[in-house]
Amino acid sequence: MAKHKASDMDRTFWALADPTRRGVLQRLMDQPGLSVSELAGSFSLKLPGMTKHLDVLSDAGLITRTKTGRTVAVTLSPAPMQAAMAWLGQYERLWTVSLDRLVALVEADSAP
Amino acid sequence: MTLHLPSVTLVRRIKAPPAKVWAAITQPDLMLQWWGPDAGPTLSVIADVRPGGRFSVVFRLLNGDEHNPTGIYREVVLEKTLVFTWDLPGAPEPESLVTFRLEPFEGGTELTLTHERLPDEAARTSHEQGWTGLLDKLSVFLGVSP
Repeated sequence: MAKHKASDMDRTFWALADPTRRGVLQRLMDQPGLSVSELAGSFSLKLPGMTKHLDVLSDAGLITRTKTGRTVAVTLSPAPMQAAMAWLGQYERLWTVSLDRLVALVEADSAP
Repeated sequence: MTLHLPSVTLVRRIKAPPAKVWAAITQPDLMLQWWGPDAGPTLSVIADVRPGGRFSVVFRLLNGDEHNPTGIYREVVLEKTLVFTWDLPGAPEPESLVTFRLEPFEGGTELTLTHERLPDEAARTSHEQGWTGLLDKLSVFLGVSP
């Protein structure tokens, strides 16, 4: 199970490693529900090119696509990014507290 | 340009010479006195401080949970650089990398700690920056602090 989750997180990081895909997510934060063709247009991509990027984001669970008639609306699904942020938060806490104690230890030890 | 995966970087200016700081981050008896994310105890330390040597710390949080990060020392430069891998068994995360850098600073030491995710094969194909901005913006968007 741990392994399964790790690979989920790898997918998230991989999805985010591409500038176009990060751009898409930022656009969707500002304008949720943009259509696939609107997204393609704003990144000067053809539909199949944008669809490929959206597939990667969708595999990572970062977006959801909803079809209404002939339009596909894209919205952000931020849960996997929260996992990435939880990773950062966890280690920021660990090291902040540990280093505070480390500093106190060596400075006390260095006092005359 | 290097690949920037999410990482935590902390810098501390310490009123103690690099030799003293080095001892605190490499000697098990001293490591036992500061390691851990809250006031819970550090229970055991293995620190075979040489490239390829083993690293293992067990600490208990105030809530009773125990954690045992383990790893392998990758780079050891006396009183300057300490790099080791970080694996948290059972946790939903891949291996990461911890780096301590010590620089003499006004009679004391400037310590820079970095904890970063190791890039996987897929991420290595990309050489892009922009993590921090995106995650900052996302945290605002989500209304949570990172």
